[in-house]
Amino acid sequence: MLRIDNQNFSSHLLTGTGKFANAGLMSEAIKASGSELVTLALKRIEQAHQQDTTLRELKKLGVRLLPNTSGAKTAKEAVLAAQLARDILDTNWVKLEIHPDPKYLLPDPVETLQAAKALVAKGFVVLPYCPADPTLCLRLQEVGCAAVMPLGSPIGSNQGLQTRDFLRIIVEQSQVPVIVDAGIGAPSHAAEAFEIGADAVLVNTAIATAGDPVAMAKAFRLTCDAALLARQAQLAPSKSQAQASSPLTGFLGAV
Amino acid sequence: MTGIRDIIAKAGSTRLDIDDLAQLLSKEAAQHIELMAATAARLTRQRFGHTMRLFIPLYLSNLCANDCTYCGFSMSNAIKRTTLSMDDLHKECQALKQQGFDSVLLVAGEHERKVGMPYFRQAFAVVSQYFSHIALEVQPLAKDDYAELRGYGLAAVYVYQETYQRSAYDKHHLRGNKTDMQWRLQTPDRVAAAGVDKIGLGVLLGLADWREDALDCARHLRYLQQHYWRSRYSMAFPRLRPCAGGINSEHLVDDKTLVQLICAFRLFEPDLELTLSTREPAMLRDHLMPLGITHMSAGSKTQPGGYADDTIALEQFATSDPRSAKQVCKALLTYGFEPIWKDWQREFA
Repeated sequence: MLRIDNQNFSSHLLTGTGKFANAGLMSEAIKASGSELVTLALKRIEQAHQQDTTLRELKKLGVRLLPNTSGAKTAKEAVLAAQLARDILDTNWVKLEIHPDPKYLLPDPVETLQAAKALVAKGFVVLPYCPADPTLCLRLQEVGCAAVMPLGSPIGSNQGLQTRDFLRIIVEQSQVPVIVDAGIGAPSHAAEAFEIGADAVLVNTAIATAGDPVAMAKAFRLTCDAALLARQAQLAPSKSQAQASSPLTGFLGAV
Repeated sequence: MTGIRDIIAKAGSTRLDIDDLAQLLSKEAAQHIELMAATAARLTRQRFGHTMRLFIPLYLSNLCANDCTYCGFSMSNAIKRTTLSMDDLHKECQALKQQGFDSVLLVAGEHERKVGMPYFRQAFAVVSQYFSHIALEVQPLAKDDYAELRGYGLAAVYVYQETYQRSAYDKHHLRGNKTDMQWRLQTPDRVAAAGVDKIGLGVLLGLADWREDALDCARHLRYLQQHYWRSRYSMAFPRLRPCAGGINSEHLVDDKTLVQLICAFRLFEPDLELTLSTREPAMLRDHLMPLGITHMSAGSKTQPGGYADDTIALEQFATSDPRSAKQVCKALLTYGFEPIWKDWQREFA
């Protein structure tokens, strides 16, 4: 069970809403993923949101919406965006995203920490997308974030867990759920995140731009379930050297 | 020297340099156009998904104090001149809102005295009531002016250099402020320094050797990226269109070359936004959709007041895709793309 701010989720797979060919396909893919927590960009929501087809589909699915502040380059803009999203979508949950560099969309740690602090003070449940920096993750936890969302590799790059050594430290130190966000390009990457000890993963590009998004969503669901089951079953330890099945020094007692 | 196929293969995983781009724009590379197109399409889907962002140009005025050989707005052209009143502007905005647009590109000829900052202040006050994303394609302004307009909602500035070749620039810009090539060239620096989110670069294909211009434009882009990492960049490849008093050019670019350019730039910069206007005919636009284009206009009118009143005929150039926005959306969906009307929040400007 994934527990964020006293809310329980049986799915440990978060999904997104961007990059799909149409809203119907997005809806089918999210359904196949089993995801219960779905992020969408405030900047994409039509102000007269009764007409917003994406929102309409999401409401039909009954998932919890996690608006994000994508597009904000500063803490100030992100706080404004979060407040607007709260008004429009009637939720105080926010995925805080501040990436002033439009090329790699890497999160700005300074602005993110500042915005997280301000948003928590305003009563938001803050899930910050952040660099895989263990100290930053501790600081975000200190200011009251409900989870941390360190990146595996740049958004949309499908490069997997390039930050794995730092993710291990984050998982080891974190008192709040660790959701690996960005860069997960294949189900095997998601499995690796759970093996490292992550509580959840967020996947969008790998599903939305797959040849068959619905089948890929299902593949991620099955992989996440399998990886969590494997964690419960406790993996046999791996060793770097062979262990002889017959003792090599057993003869000593016989001499 | 690395082969063209090797350059195509490494695009997306390794950053290409200007020499790589030069090879992708070479005559030899034209033989690999299919492979370039497939790679460009794949990289575009990975970064931008199965989506297409829609915007609409809104012509504020066709007054112009420049004489340029290729433009219907040139001051020496005997056409009827008009500048939208604020009432007219409201009507245009309402007509465009009805079509569904949320991203608007304000366009004007260059007439500093009548269509300068005092006019833009008024226009932004009107336009920002209707649209989230406001872009500007007018005369180059000062940094402080851009910063001020940003406060009213300015999110992007398009300032195409037309040509980077000095001799061609002088040949085609005969009178007016636009003859100052350096002032125009330095405009993106001022836009970036003012903190405007997006800068649109481009050349007008047909004025000079397209390879030289494309490479110079790429150098300009890389320079800007290094100096202004917070800015978003877009590029366009408009081709010369027939217009009142227009020229015949020995540098015209054919369809295959246009495809090569688009694909080469997508391989060169997988994250670059590429814009396609209604200068191009419907069938070509449909085929270009998957190859690298991220932003399209649809149902454009290039005469001031043309949306609220479609009987007016004072166009800057002839458009070639007469389809309405609704028809273009239908085509997008047919080809597997979700039309995106809104992708910006005014609070970010």
